[in-house]
Amino acid sequence: MYVAVKGGERAIENAHAWLAEERRGDTAVAELSIAQIREQLALAVNRVMAEGSLYDPDLAALAIKQARGDLIEAIFLIRAYRTTLPRFGVTKPVATGEMACDRRISATFKDAPGGQVLGPTFDYTHRLLDFKLAAEGEVAKAPTAAPRNEPTPHITAFLRGEDIIQCEPESEATPGDLTRTPMSYPAGRDIRLQSLTRGDEGFLLGLAYSTQRGYARNHAFVGELRIGTVAVEMEIPELGFAIEIGEVELTECETVNQFAGSKTEPPQFTRGYGLVFGQTERKAISMALVDRALRWRELGEDDLGAAAQDEEFVLSHSDNIQATGFLEHIKLPHYVDFQSELELVRKLRREAEANVAKQNAGNEDAGKEASQ
Amino acid sequence: MSDYNFAYLDEQTKRMIRRAILKGLAVPGYQVPFASREMPMPYGWGTGGVQVSAATLTPEDTFKVIDQGSDDTTNAVSIRKFFEKTAGVAVTEETEKASVIQTRHRIPEAPLREDQILVYQVPIPEPLRFLEPRETETRKMHSLEEYGLMHVKLYEDISQHGAIATAYAYPVKVADRYVMDPSPIPKFDNPKLEMAAIQLFGAGREQRIYAVPPYTKVVSLDFEDYPFEATKADHACDLCAAEDSYLDEVILDDAGNRMFVCSDTDYCRTRREAGHVGRLGEEVAA
Repeated sequence: MYVAVKGGERAIENAHAWLAEERRGDTAVAELSIAQIREQLALAVNRVMAEGSLYDPDLAALAIKQARGDLIEAIFLIRAYRTTLPRFGVTKPVATGEMACDRRISATFKDAPGGQVLGPTFDYTHRLLDFKLAAEGEVAKAPTAAPRNEPTPHITAFLRGEDIIQCEPESEATPGDLTRTPMSYPAGRDIRLQSLTRGDEGFLLGLAYSTQRGYARNHAFVGELRIGTVAVEMEIPELGFAIEIGEVELTECETVNQFAGSKTEPPQFTRGYGLVFGQTERKAISMALVDRALRWRELGEDDLGAAAQDEEFVLSHSDNIQATGFLEHIKLPHYVDFQSELELVRKLRREAEANVAKQNAGNEDAGKEASQ
Repeated sequence: MSDYNFAYLDEQTKRMIRRAILKGLAVPGYQVPFASREMPMPYGWGTGGVQVSAATLTPEDTFKVIDQGSDDTTNAVSIRKFFEKTAGVAVTEETEKASVIQTRHRIPEAPLREDQILVYQVPIPEPLRFLEPRETETRKMHSLEEYGLMHVKLYEDISQHGAIATAYAYPVKVADRYVMDPSPIPKFDNPKLEMAAIQLFGAGREQRIYAVPPYTKVVSLDFEDYPFEATKADHACDLCAAEDSYLDEVILDDAGNRMFVCSDTDYCRTRREAGHVGRLGEEVAA
């Protein structure tokens, strides 16, 4: 005898208890500390901070631990925490030209003031599993050099001098905040960039890749990629001037793209822009490519119908917390809807079968008449 | 959870949501954009309904949550617990006793009263979405009251299947103006949309709130020669013998045996306690 489904509450509690146990894993193996995650899984921490839109390495490390290494789940934890925080105000725009760079490369110039600085990169490593890491071992100290004290100028600034790259319009307007206002289309570039910088790395990577393969192709040169720390300054009303409240690590990518020019404008390079929390290079380059593809209208290019050019498509699907929530909600019970579909399909089938039967009977009659 | 404000959301946010609710009530069926917050439960799992409930609840309220008509489905349990914890409000499983009812996919069988509020969780608020994926286009269609596409879809259903092939989330026209998605309730529930209670619809991920004020005209779209029909399984409840309630079908064995039971568990329980016994039911001890 069927008993109406009861016991959901206990089932949930037990499932959560089991989850906690699984998260910890074999207790004979030492537990991970937040500091270990922060220091040794720093790129995962960076991704969680970037897509969680909250710069706090310790909280991101905690979220990764709690989420058993599921980064989207960790990003979700950070986002849900972030919304409960009060918003004190707006900082001044960070001066990335003043960045203390750990890495700074340009693919467009062999050398430029500030130099090419490879920094801690996987580039040029041979992707061979390093079995030494399986055993514990100390790492040799990397050689050091005196840091560069003067600011490293942006590569695009050199092109600006020659007037050969498009100027971004300057504005004193307060940028919008996509966490405080509902999205509407067309979104301004401020909202677009905000959306991209917290968008899913995989989604943006795929879109950026599609532009490289010819869907709204616009060949991008990495004019510059820089990673380093910048000071965050905020104007305090009581003081009347800006003070430094902290520093954040950022990855900034500026691409230099071709632009044919028009009757009124001489040919000029154009740009795409990516700026992301932490060392998140793949994401920043992807962001710059997608940003550039989305600028087709303002730059007078054709709408080629490519996914990466479609602002509404890109922005409404780039958020992995929205996407994963909606995707996974289909695990929830839908038996009421399904029941109504079931009834409908049964009814339609009955009617269709009756029609077929009637038709067959009609054909048989017609056949009999013909043979008589 | 004293670290959080009453009903989790901060007062600013609740005020913002209340403004959207009031606008929704003033323009029945119109989808009001609102700055939906990230909630500690996933998008698509009732964050819109939860935000509307949070902005609606007062400490004196009695709260009920149903999913698929039942109070004990996992997500309903989770949402009920959330408000028990963050708002400390009284909760109930009895439709009669609740002042605010949050629901997913059903309207309770018992008629609601003027002093009750029904909050719906909405996955896709836009009734035209499956005909036109672009928000920029559908908003234009609503503002111009251009609903031809929807009628063409319903007509095509009839020409292909001989009937309108929409069984849930059946589109309605509210107060002779806006075409509205009643959320994925079975079309059996559509006639109940004209009711005494306030109906609020929250779509968190899609950042929309809309409303149907009490006693507002709500018409399910149809054609004169193919009138709307609220359908359900052609059975009586096997537990309480109700013939007027929406039924879930339960597979009993692999020999194809089924039983049909009320999807509204509170309705079923009330009837059984009143002495009604269905085909497979047992007498409830008084």
